[in-house]
Amino acid sequence: MSETSSQLLDVLLLQSGYNTTVVMLGAAALGIAAGAAGVFAMLRRRALVADALAHATLPGVAIGFIVAVLLGLPGRTLGFLLAGAAIAALLAALSIQAIRNHTRLPEDTAIASVLATFFALGIVLLSVIQTLRTGGQAGLDVYLLGATAGMLRHEAITLAILSIVIAAIISLLFKQLVLVAFDIEFAQTQGFPVRALDLAVIALVLAVVVIGLRIVGLVLIVALIVIPPAAARFWSNHAGPMTVISAAIGAVSAYVGAAISAVYPDVPTGAVIVLVAFAIFAVSVALGTARGLLPRYAGRHAWRERRP
Amino acid sequence: MAADGVLAPSRSDVQSADAMRSPPVAVHNLSVAYGGVPALIDVTWTSPPSGLVAIVGPNGAGKSTLLKAMLGLVPAASGEALIHGEKIERQYGRVAYVPQRSSVDWDFPATALDVVAMGLYRRIGWLRPVRRADRERARGYLETVGLSDLADRQIGALSGGQQQRVFIARALAQESSLYLLDEPFAGVDATTERIMTNVFRKLRADGALVICVHHDLGSVPEIFDHVLLLNRHVIAAGPVVTDFTPALIAKTYGVPLEPLGQAKAAPDDV
Amino acid sequence: MTEFLQIDFPALICGTLAALVCALVGNFLVLTRQSMFGDAVGHVVFPGIVIAYLLAGTTAIWVMLAGAGTAALVTALLVEFLRRIAGVDPSTALGAVFTAMFALGVVLLEQSGLAGTSFDVHHILYGNVEAAIWPAATGPASLFNMDTLSQLPAQIGRLMIGLGLVTATILLLFKELRIVCFDPVFAATIGLRPKLVGAVITALAALAAVVSLEAVGVILVVAMMVCPPATARLLTDDLRMQVVISAVVAIASGILGYGVAAFLPSALGFDLSLGAAGTIAVVAGLFQLAAMLAGPKRRPARVA
Repeated sequence: MSETSSQLLDVLLLQSGYNTTVVMLGAAALGIAAGAAGVFAMLRRRALVADALAHATLPGVAIGFIVAVLLGLPGRTLGFLLAGAAIAALLAALSIQAIRNHTRLPEDTAIASVLATFFALGIVLLSVIQTLRTGGQAGLDVYLLGATAGMLRHEAITLAILSIVIAAIISLLFKQLVLVAFDIEFAQTQGFPVRALDLAVIALVLAVVVIGLRIVGLVLIVALIVIPPAAARFWSNHAGPMTVISAAIGAVSAYVGAAISAVYPDVPTGAVIVLVAFAIFAVSVALGTARGLLPRYAGRHAWRERRP
Repeated sequence: MAADGVLAPSRSDVQSADAMRSPPVAVHNLSVAYGGVPALIDVTWTSPPSGLVAIVGPNGAGKSTLLKAMLGLVPAASGEALIHGEKIERQYGRVAYVPQRSSVDWDFPATALDVVAMGLYRRIGWLRPVRRADRERARGYLETVGLSDLADRQIGALSGGQQQRVFIARALAQESSLYLLDEPFAGVDATTERIMTNVFRKLRADGALVICVHHDLGSVPEIFDHVLLLNRHVIAAGPVVTDFTPALIAKTYGVPLEPLGQAKAAPDDV
Repeated sequence: MTEFLQIDFPALICGTLAALVCALVGNFLVLTRQSMFGDAVGHVVFPGIVIAYLLAGTTAIWVMLAGAGTAALVTALLVEFLRRIAGVDPSTALGAVFTAMFALGVVLLEQSGLAGTSFDVHHILYGNVEAAIWPAATGPASLFNMDTLSQLPAQIGRLMIGLGLVTATILLLFKELRIVCFDPVFAATIGLRPKLVGAVITALAALAAVVSLEAVGVILVVAMMVCPPATARLLTDDLRMQVVISAVVAIASGILGYGVAAFLPSALGFDLSLGAAGTIAVVAGLFQLAAMLAGPKRRPARVA
């Protein structure tokens, strides 16, 4: 036990080799992007859409693999897999939109049926890949629940750079994104392109989902988008600080989760990251200074019951 | 990235000579339908250049729809609404809009001051953060509506009347000459009603035009000077003294009403 | 024939029964705008089943039900706590809790050495209909022989029990379910208890998820809870008819989907194997697509 805990400490302090260090920092960057984008996914009530898009990437990942193999490349070439994932998620988003606008089915049914059908198609394609016997199909499993083990250095660096780009876009458009989330009609009367901004939120979430596939996995990436902002909401009543806190919680969750899974490589990284994030969420619910339960019951902050 | 339209300040703007001469709001043969059900039919109305206007009519008369059509928030089936003689798209940001309170997520992570500062976003422009000077400015508008003490309160933790005043302050922050408000007096306390009435009178004195969708017939003569009686069609429009008559009101609501003195509110659903 | 009975027949029955039981419950989830709840239920019963198995060491149906029920209850209580006491938006609360529960199940599974059994996380995610086999079958006569019938895979028994309970409850409470789905406020005023009926729907969803999960995995559970009822919803306005159509779509998806997986590749001359749980769900999705393209258009929405 003390051996593994000292091992864990080494990893946490970035003392366990250059490769692990790069992967850990990549995970932290992903956490920042997910936490920041998640704030707007939450405020625009797009969390369930994020979950559907994440699951819908599976057939894209599988087709990316098959295309890479057909071109004579290693099936696990990151670019092909992520491009396939992005295209599949985009198609899923358009499908949800089409069902919502052109049929009588309610939005949640649209989301759930697209999620399930795309994921099922992905399963079928995975079973095809399994019988292709090209080897390396085991490598696709990591896209379900995530893994840091076996991650290449340049992969981690690519993911980190993309994450930072996402975070930068959010900070530049911050004011407008908040306005659209709070009061979309008012934003429109201000002459801001609300449709474009609304699409930008979806695009940012989609980008986080795709980038997060390798480390967190498509089954649980939605947690890294939902939980940090939900936790951050307990610490601040301002959108700005809340976004910073959410990004920090995302970063800490991903960093600590990746460290733990580096020490226990059998456990999927995504699951560990989610449990760390949920632990932070639980602490935030109890202690958060803006609307946490203890400060509220201690009566230090005015806080009114939600409207029904 | 920053289109001029977005960065342009509002009232201090040099507007085209045409725009200056045109009435603030002009609606021509406007019809709006929701899913085939007509909400407004052939509405034509020209606003006075300034003053306080009440849009009055029964539930489902299309009052909010008319406001939203003026703002380009609902598409016109036919006809058009012009702001200072131009399409709304060219006048965005010069119109201050206060939506119905029910349309907002009250759990949103924003304080009263944050919301008022939103009225400045257009002027601050793309990519620039809200600075201290902007916040001080927003604080001034909060003071105008008597809420400087509650600037740091989360919006959901304010009373209904206080929330309404925050949104009035956000509209004031736009420093517009045209204000469109959707039921600003619905469900507010007496203090809020008094403060809002004073704010509106001050705006009128400054030459602004304030248009409110309004529910309470009894308070129309006391607050407003113009009225637009609406029930999908325009029933009547003009100064309160000439057009807010029992006969025209009864025509608008489709039922005979009590004499004005006793009529406190419109009957629901006609 | 014998090979069909030994390999294809039990898997076909498993997939079809799972599709049917999920679709029946799904009608009421779709009508009460809880489609994503089916997704959540599928995810949260997973740690419940794992913990129950770790504690009791058996896959007996009552053990699994107890575990799944406890997990569903814990989830429901946590979500209610977050909503009402902590003031978290309901869909955010649900999203946070069900991902955390699923993550817990994954970690427990890997730590417990259960990986590689029928509880392998990949089976939970992908489903493994093909695992159901009936080696005792020797020919068509086996279908009428109590001795060989009793050696059908245990999952089929669990699915039959689940289907029986779900069908009986829906038949008995049809009137109450209809009124609560349509107008919960009115239901309360005439003395029905919408919360109680809602809890019954939740319990049926958990039951359907438990008996189906092992055979077909989380995603087929979601697909079957949503796609056949959605298909039916597009084709009829009558609830009774909707339940019937959804059942027909589910059975057709099960048979067609399994048929595609088992026979299509070899019929086309490919040496491939397709996961039947996936093909069944895809077929259900295609049924819904067909209904969307062919069915009546969206009716105009009244906006005040």
